[in-house]
Amino acid sequence: MSIKLNALFSDSYVDISQYRDQHFKGNRYEQEKLLKQSCTLYVGNLSFYTTEEQVHELFSKSGDVKRIIIGLDKVKKTACGFCFVEYYTRADAENAMRFINGTRLDDRIIRTDWDAGFKEGRQFGRGKSGGQVRDEYRQDYDPARGGYGKLVQKS
Amino acid sequence: MSRRRHSDEGDAGSQPHKRRRTSEPIEIEDRLESLICRVGEKSTSSLESNLEGLAGVLEADLPNYKGKILRILCAVARLLPEKLTVYTTLVGLLNARNYNFGGEFVEAMIRQLKETLKSNLYSEALYLVRFLSDLVNCHVIAAPSMVAMFENFVSVTQEEDIPQVRSDWYVYAVLSSLPWVGKELYEKKDVEMDRLFNQIEGYLKQRQKTHVPMLQVWTAEKPHPQEEYLDCLWAQVQKLKKDRWQERHILRPYIAFDSVLCEALQHNLPPFTPPAHSDDAVYPMPHVVFRMFDYTDAPEGPVMPGSHSVERFVIEENLHCIIKSHWRERKTCAAQLLSYPGKNKIPLNYHIVEVIFGELFQLPSPPHIDVMYTALLIELCKLQPGSLPQVLAQATEMMYMRLDTMNTICIDRLINWFSHHLSNFQFRWSWDDWADCLTQDIEKPKPKFVKEVLEKCMRLSYHQRIVDIVPPSFSALIPANPVCSYKYEEETECPLPGLAMATTVSNAIKNRASNEEILIVLKDVPNPNQDDDDDEGDGFNPLKIEVFLQTLLHLAAKSFSHSFSALAKFHEVLKNLTDSDEGKLHILRVLYEFWRNHPQMISVLVDKLIRTQIVDCAAVANWIFSPEMAHDFTRFYVWEILHSTIRKMNKHVQKIQKELDEAKEKLEKQQNKKVEKQIFLTAETLLFKPHIREHKDDMEKNSEDEEGQLEEQIERLQEKVESAQSEQKNLFLVIFQRFIMLLTEHLVRCETSGIDINTTWYKNCIERLQQIFLMHHVIIQQYMGTLENLLFTAELDHHILAVYQQFCALQL
Repeated sequence: MSIKLNALFSDSYVDISQYRDQHFKGNRYEQEKLLKQSCTLYVGNLSFYTTEEQVHELFSKSGDVKRIIIGLDKVKKTACGFCFVEYYTRADAENAMRFINGTRLDDRIIRTDWDAGFKEGRQFGRGKSGGQVRDEYRQDYDPARGGYGKLVQKS
Repeated sequence: MSRRRHSDEGDAGSQPHKRRRTSEPIEIEDRLESLICRVGEKSTSSLESNLEGLAGVLEADLPNYKGKILRILCAVARLLPEKLTVYTTLVGLLNARNYNFGGEFVEAMIRQLKETLKSNLYSEALYLVRFLSDLVNCHVIAAPSMVAMFENFVSVTQEEDIPQVRSDWYVYAVLSSLPWVGKELYEKKDVEMDRLFNQIEGYLKQRQKTHVPMLQVWTAEKPHPQEEYLDCLWAQVQKLKKDRWQERHILRPYIAFDSVLCEALQHNLPPFTPPAHSDDAVYPMPHVVFRMFDYTDAPEGPVMPGSHSVERFVIEENLHCIIKSHWRERKTCAAQLLSYPGKNKIPLNYHIVEVIFGELFQLPSPPHIDVMYTALLIELCKLQPGSLPQVLAQATEMMYMRLDTMNTICIDRLINWFSHHLSNFQFRWSWDDWADCLTQDIEKPKPKFVKEVLEKCMRLSYHQRIVDIVPPSFSALIPANPVCSYKYEEETECPLPGLAMATTVSNAIKNRASNEEILIVLKDVPNPNQDDDDDEGDGFNPLKIEVFLQTLLHLAAKSFSHSFSALAKFHEVLKNLTDSDEGKLHILRVLYEFWRNHPQMISVLVDKLIRTQIVDCAAVANWIFSPEMAHDFTRFYVWEILHSTIRKMNKHVQKIQKELDEAKEKLEKQQNKKVEKQIFLTAETLLFKPHIREHKDDMEKNSEDEEGQLEEQIERLQEKVESAQSEQKNLFLVIFQRFIMLLTEHLVRCETSGIDINTTWYKNCIERLQQIFLMHHVIIQQYMGTLENLLFTAELDHHILAVYQQFCALQL
């Protein structure tokens, strides 16, 4: 009786993106497998001042949050604008992808994406200056993310 | 080595590996699906020419793909009710070209209807019935046979000993198809239809309506009564009948094809007997029709159809269906809602906002997760920035005005929605418009609402932001700065007992003391409660708990993560301190004292304490109802904690039940395998395979061991399940008991002092009791016997008993 009508009921907000973690220990297939069963989300474009409490309040709207890990500048050990949110169930994480991704936190549009799972060390930015890579090269002025990009600051 | 097909290996995508050639059957089937699903969407050609074209394509494909086409059409009938008339027209055209196909389709639909009813898929069954009835308009089904089916449906009302919700559904199925097919059926069979009407009227008159107050969003009748859904539909259908079935809203593409369709031969529906009632049937719950707007609210433009007009019913049905189809993709959902056909004749934005809030406030629960509606409204605002935000503001204003009679559960949802919505729009709001709430008692619904909204807004931002966004006159409603209250700050006038100990403990922790070391340090804390004969000092010692926990929380106050780490690190100490029920209660008291200005922190820490089994769920319930919490008893965060606690308990039971079921399955599989092995071994030994004979005993012993282990595991799990279920039942009993005590106290006090029982506190408390029933009705159904015999007896005050009786009436 039940055929799914794939043509119609897409759930594209839940699909995995093109991003793959270059530091992932394993091959592409393994990473994608983990992404498809993951209960952990990467959250990006946070203000440096956004707190764990704010993240918890927002992401609790799609289910019980198991753990939040705030991303840190590798050198300064201060928040550098991203975090991981881990749920107890995949379904709750999917609802976050559907309804929290692309909405605002601390007046900024945040972006969520599937993460293969937190491992010690992944809480640090991978940019040369210690923060995230995207803050190394950007040209714009963003007061909530340290002002100008690092490259611009150095020049 | 398992045999794997090439297509399984290393394929990262979810699509099975397909080799694409242009006329591959799978390709054509996908194309058919796509063509059928997309007909009716925005196109350069007219709907009629698209339907005509598609009918031609499908007719040509019938010889090779009939089965697939049948399945797709049955699926769209079931899953795309908002495009009902588009697909009935398509089927009509196909039937005109191929009579046999029409017949097979009708048969397939009847089979599908039977299956959906058996599988408790009542909303899908409803769409199928509606589809069949519209097929009468397309000359696919003969009107008399449709009337006969309706007669069988209505005769369910004559069945004895059935739940009311069963007969309700069958009556609803008939009534809700009439906007589409009423005219045609009345033209052909008016005598029979009149008879049906009388039967329905008789049924509706004697229906029990005890459940209605529990499901209403507002208790007031004005400005819009919250009508029971069947009553409302009946009024709408009666009005339609009075208007001679003139209905101008439904899009009917088949009218354009009338000349073709009326040449077609019709089929008779086979006689359809509704499947008999069974105990595992789960009929839809009754609901109340949510109305917040009428024609006076839309300032200019098209007029909103009246509350008893059938147009209103059809519009609301279609909008609900669109949300049901597209809720996962908010952009698509918003676009589909805004491109509703016929939108130029109605104030569409008002209908959309009303339907969305209707779902959000639906009792017991919204059809979809709350946060979806927030996201959807934001998308709608993006797509209609010039009009929708104003309608939304108007709606918010209206709901604020009517807070006094709004159900507490709905107010909770409104608070969550409004604060989250504001956080996406820089918290811009004309707070001054609500200055009237400042002169009211702070416990009254309006100031309470504003206070709770500001608290939630603060959680999404920070304290100073809230101070900045509201006018200074609102300062009394601003939430407290969420800082901790450490009682052992040094250098006070009268040092507290335990101050010295607190310093010792603090230093110990800073010096990375272990759990054992901390316990040794704590042994020296005197026990203010201690009797002289309690020698060990291991009994409940409130001071020990205070000294340790206050100090620990103080050291870890920086963030949630710090506090979680602290609780994890000193789990052993905490377990030791909370060995007794009093200990568990006290730890919650201390936590509250320390973090009373930061309800969010209290919530997350209580959650952790439960998950790490330092306190149990009943302790949390007792704490919430304790006299110390009376001051915060009406605050939103307290109920969030209680319901979160109950949910954790429920999930825990489900989890262990699942483990038990899985273990049982495993055992069954083992036993089946064992039987297979026995047969194999016997056969092999008969064929003189000496090495098998040798290993036969070993293999048998291994499998016996495994089985034994599994059986032991199952026994353990069985015990665990029983113990968890007992804990769960106990939790609910505790909660109900405490409610009854509190409410009875209030009622008695009012009676003896001669004051009206309906205080703000009372309304809040009794609705919180209702909320327990509504939010967890599935679990509570199991306890009906106990509840009736132990707690909700006839001796109970009728105000409290009424809540219980309304709950019972929900699944009559």
